[in-house]
Amino acid sequence: MIPRHLVIAVAVLLVAVLGLSVYAWHVRKTVASVPAASTDTRPLAPPVAGPTAQVTLFVAHDNNGSVRAESAQIPMPSGRQERAEALLRSLLSIYLDKSSPHPLGAGADVRAVFLVDPGVAVVDLNGAFADTHRSGVLVEELTVVSLIHTISANTPGILKVKILVDGQERDTLAGHADLSSFYDVSAVNQLAAQLQQGQ
Amino acid sequence: MPWTSRSRAIIVTICAVIAIGSLLLHGAAPEKHLSVYSVAANYSLPVVQRDGRDYVGLLEVLEPLGKVSAKSEGSRWRLRYNNVEGYFQEGKGRAKIQGRDADLGAKFYVQNGRGIVPVSSLSSLLPRFLGGPVTLHEESGRLFIGSAATHFTASLSGENRLVFNFTAPVNPTIATEAGTLRMTFSRDPVVGPASTTLTFGSKNISSANYSESSGTAVVTVHASIPVIASFSNDGRTITISPAPSAAAQSSGPTPPPAQTQASPVPTAPAAPIARRYFAVVDASHGGDDHGEALSSTLLEKDVTLALARSLRQELESRGITTLVLRDSDANLSVDQRAIFANGDHAAIYIAMHASSEGHGVRVYTALLPYGEDDRGPFRSWSTAQHASEGISQSSASAVAAELQKRQIPVRTLPAPLRPLNNITGAAIAVEVAPQGSNVSQLIAPDYQQLVSSAVATAIAANRDQLGAAP
Repeated sequence: MIPRHLVIAVAVLLVAVLGLSVYAWHVRKTVASVPAASTDTRPLAPPVAGPTAQVTLFVAHDNNGSVRAESAQIPMPSGRQERAEALLRSLLSIYLDKSSPHPLGAGADVRAVFLVDPGVAVVDLNGAFADTHRSGVLVEELTVVSLIHTISANTPGILKVKILVDGQERDTLAGHADLSSFYDVSAVNQLAAQLQQGQ
Repeated sequence: MPWTSRSRAIIVTICAVIAIGSLLLHGAAPEKHLSVYSVAANYSLPVVQRDGRDYVGLLEVLEPLGKVSAKSEGSRWRLRYNNVEGYFQEGKGRAKIQGRDADLGAKFYVQNGRGIVPVSSLSSLLPRFLGGPVTLHEESGRLFIGSAATHFTASLSGENRLVFNFTAPVNPTIATEAGTLRMTFSRDPVVGPASTTLTFGSKNISSANYSESSGTAVVTVHASIPVIASFSNDGRTITISPAPSAAAQSSGPTPPPAQTQASPVPTAPAAPIARRYFAVVDASHGGDDHGEALSSTLLEKDVTLALARSLRQELESRGITTLVLRDSDANLSVDQRAIFANGDHAAIYIAMHASSEGHGVRVYTALLPYGEDDRGPFRSWSTAQHASEGISQSSASAVAAELQKRQIPVRTLPAPLRPLNNITGAAIAVEVAPQGSNVSQLIAPDYQQLVSSAVATAIAANRDQLGAAP
């Protein structure tokens, strides 16, 4: 015959197992029903501390296919490369805003800008920038001109610009705008002047 | 020796077997062939039937074009053409070429060690191996590799003389019947004009028809008087004129004999260099490159192809010989497109694009990248367009002006768009967007025709300037 205290211990253990199972099931259900926090894919804003500077951003507008100069007061780091990155991130924050005149895909960002003397700038975009970019000759051209003209107008001495994606050379931005060669800054500036007139 | 009844029976049986065999052979359907035309060689290959489809040996298609080898390993079949490798598997409808999937549209078979593929798959398979465009006329069993096709124009010279001008020498067989003269091109890569029926408004020579069947092209001239054909201009011109007996009876004025020799149709003036096509029209994107997804069901590559074909029709109707660079859903790199346009010394290269963004048409010229210097006689590939920027810009302006005349919103811009910068002659790109917000206008034939006729009119008006450019 099984001793009485052993029967009681097994019964208590069974009740405890059952109770814990019910509790675990409940917790799992609660976690599943909590919505995941949305990820803000916009590029990080430049640090608000430190000196600010007046810069000119050249912003693309899809409604009339133009690139317009817009003044902005943004915090500027001291390093030349960091300043170039801050410029482009300010430009991108306009494009990623809800009321963007030239929307870019979520997560689009500039990974880095390298300034190589004499007169070479290398802009490294992230994969999301190119992968989510709308396809079309004009829409891609507006993006490229906006980036290059913004960086060259605010960073003297740049003669040619190369655009990379995730550190790699890529044929086109989204099927049209050529990324395989170096852009001639003087030619792009002339084109930007033409694009400022709009359609 | 007298014939025994047994030997008579044997001879009668043999004769009967031969007679029945002859009848069967005579009644059998003629063997189908695929005529292949290329710059390297023109040849004909037998077509076999499998699963109700036409098949052809892939090795045999490629053999006259370059170094090719094939190896069979069980159900797998490997083909190597120059440096391109393709892997096929018996019974499978997909293959791998240079590591990328290729859809055959039907099963691949190995027959007596020969890998056979559906004829319909050649238009997508061959560009992968050859690195250039091919055009398949599946119904008539004709395959054109690269820019092998010979185009022609036809025009009346006086009331009684019809002049055909071909872009390359031709040698058709000529047959005459009452009221018709038939030219059959069995070895020449002749392709038809935009319209298969040409009417001339003459009571003596009323019309001509173009048709293709069984690997041959046929041009039939309809005349109310007996006519003969004469060749001139090294086989590039065929003149149809009244037969001597009919000429005397003909009431119409007869041009002087000097005019019977190769009177040219009003096409481009003689250029300093030999060119097969005056205009090369490029249907941008294609194959795996869809371009912009204009809507959930409409891809840019399909619209550009329709626009390119429409433009070819408009240009040819104005007497401008035109090659559509991508005349099927083939993969073609921008370098290959530039090589073909430059190799043909085309007077103008026009890339067609389509877009859902904006309104109307944008006409682009090359935005040249940061200069790489030419080295001696060799031109830099990335800035090959440099010497022709002026003629390209004037062509773009002419096209824009013509579009404006037709109330189409238009804008001209430089653009970083390849292969414009790699083209050595005049080069423009035309990006067509709907006039309003309805993207489906891009596939409306009347809108396509409106745009392409404006482009063609501008090019035709500038043909002297374009033709004179180096």
